[in-house]
Amino acid sequence: MQLKAQPYTQPDDLGFYGEFGGAFIPELLRPNVEELDSAFRQYCSQDDFKLEFICLLKDYVGRPTPLYHSKKLSKKYKCTVYLKREDLNHTGAHKINNALGQILLAKKMGKKTIIAETGAGQHGVATATACALMDMECVVFMGEIDMKRQAPNVKRMEFLGATVIPATSGSKTLKDATNEAIRYWINHPDAYYLIGSVVGPHPYPEMVALFQSVISQEMRSQLLEKTGSEFPTKVVACVGGGSNAAGAFYHYYQEESVELIAVEASGLGLKSGKSAATSFLGSPGVLHGSMTLLMQGEFGQVTEPYSISAGLDYPGIGPLHAHSIEEGRTKTVSVTDKEALSAAKSLSQNEGIIPALESAHALAALQHIEIKSNDIIVINLSGRGDKDMKHYIESK
Amino acid sequence: MNVFKKDKKQISIFVTAGYPKLDSLNEQLELLESNGIDFVEVGIPFSDPLADGPTIQATSEIAINNGMNLPLLFEQLHDRKSTLTIVLMGYFNPIISFGIDNFLNECQLLGISTVILPDLSIEIYERYYQAKFESKGVFPSFLITPESSNERILKTAELCKNSFVYLVSSNATTGGQSNFSNDRLKRYAKIKEICGNTPMFIGFGIQSSEDVEKVQSVSDGAIIGSAYLKAVGKGEEIEYLNELR
Repeated sequence: MQLKAQPYTQPDDLGFYGEFGGAFIPELLRPNVEELDSAFRQYCSQDDFKLEFICLLKDYVGRPTPLYHSKKLSKKYKCTVYLKREDLNHTGAHKINNALGQILLAKKMGKKTIIAETGAGQHGVATATACALMDMECVVFMGEIDMKRQAPNVKRMEFLGATVIPATSGSKTLKDATNEAIRYWINHPDAYYLIGSVVGPHPYPEMVALFQSVISQEMRSQLLEKTGSEFPTKVVACVGGGSNAAGAFYHYYQEESVELIAVEASGLGLKSGKSAATSFLGSPGVLHGSMTLLMQGEFGQVTEPYSISAGLDYPGIGPLHAHSIEEGRTKTVSVTDKEALSAAKSLSQNEGIIPALESAHALAALQHIEIKSNDIIVINLSGRGDKDMKHYIESK
Repeated sequence: MNVFKKDKKQISIFVTAGYPKLDSLNEQLELLESNGIDFVEVGIPFSDPLADGPTIQATSEIAINNGMNLPLLFEQLHDRKSTLTIVLMGYFNPIISFGIDNFLNECQLLGISTVILPDLSIEIYERYYQAKFESKGVFPSFLITPESSNERILKTAELCKNSFVYLVSSNATTGGQSNFSNDRLKRYAKIKEICGNTPMFIGFGIQSSEDVEKVQSVSDGAIIGSAYLKAVGKGEEIEYLNELR
């Protein structure tokens, strides 16, 4: 794991990436966040910590994940397309990278209880998995509505030994599960809050991006081997909060020749009012402890977003992405439910890979971007589609 | 002149604007004034109130559904008859959305000099907002907890010399169970001492007149939120205020 500071991945002393980020938290939460920040600075650069993390990623998660040359997609788009197979990780998505990094940190801090928020349940499952491995008590907050929508993942978490607590406040989805987790953390400062994306107060965005940076680190060496250069011309990743994109972009921010493309979910269409395309529809605001781009109503109440993909329907976006988008370093594309479903079907039937709905958004983005024949494009296939089979079957 | 500095022990009440009805605020202000309340915190409802327990969350949700928003709140405050000192309390996002300059201008027009923005930290305030706020004569009151270091309390007291220090009774969300043990009260007294000339009020988890007396003995006064709003929800606010007297 490389810990070198880079623009877009290294916030300032108050946690700001340009005008975004920071720690907008009540004083009640300050001791918790300060304890976390100092432990993060102390442990995560130590060699034994890095070694333990790398060993777990290798032996437990199954890394490195393959960089697969998709001949069919290459032919279709008349360029070279690679898929970074995060779907082949243990638990079926990139989420486990971060969960293990943070659980190692929690262990170092002497924590015994882990709390987490989850939307679709992927981060909840990854956290419950890491907790089972590390003998930690696991409490997962999940919106009451999401618990009904994603019942199999609730069972998975419970089977792994976690307690799932329904969030019954507000809109009863991911945003409210996050509020509940933070409130619980205020009232139980001994717990470790294991946040699942590059959101939340500083230092979470910085830390989660770092734990996910293994994705682009591997891409670089794999591309070197396959193409003779560490650098593709484009990296494409879907963005809800943005942890897989942060990981896929991390080691490319400094290389201006690499175009970074973040794909947001436009749900039923950008102008339909049923969308989760934060960078297109959002404006600066504060949610869950950081200043970022936010989908909100006229009077600053946070809007409940919509996407068929539960992993992308978050009303905010990681502050590092908000900054990088505003600076023009990251470009954004939006993809509808329908386009994502069609891309998922196409990859399944042409490559024998069933992608997660989230990742299908990244695949579908290819039809919206300008492509040259000498392009080398890496799509971060962030997760597998088992959890989405119901949607896939219904959309036939 | 600091309006929160008085020769007597004080009581402040928190109400959520737009609760229970969209236009309840001015009635509430008049009721509280006639019952001898010293100042009122008017809560700006927000969809995602991180530091609040279930009672204030619920009142915020009802207020938003009633149609309360910041422009309307300012309109209602312009129409107020009550002369009670008003402190605005709200999460940062609706204020960013309204525009910080617009917000400060409205405060100035309304004669509101104190605001509580619980998710705006001292550090971020100092770096990005202090100059702007002070140029409009608006001074935030910042929260501290019994666990805050003496150094932090001192810094907060200095920053709040034109407003007051808001001591959260325990490190927990609003409306929790209060536990005012002797050890706790001793710590509050120590904090009061560190605050020096800056007035210091205690809030969160204060329910009964007994609680009020206890915290008043070691501070400038008590702030009641959830307990009062619960009474409002039951239509029993007059009884509740009578109890407090």
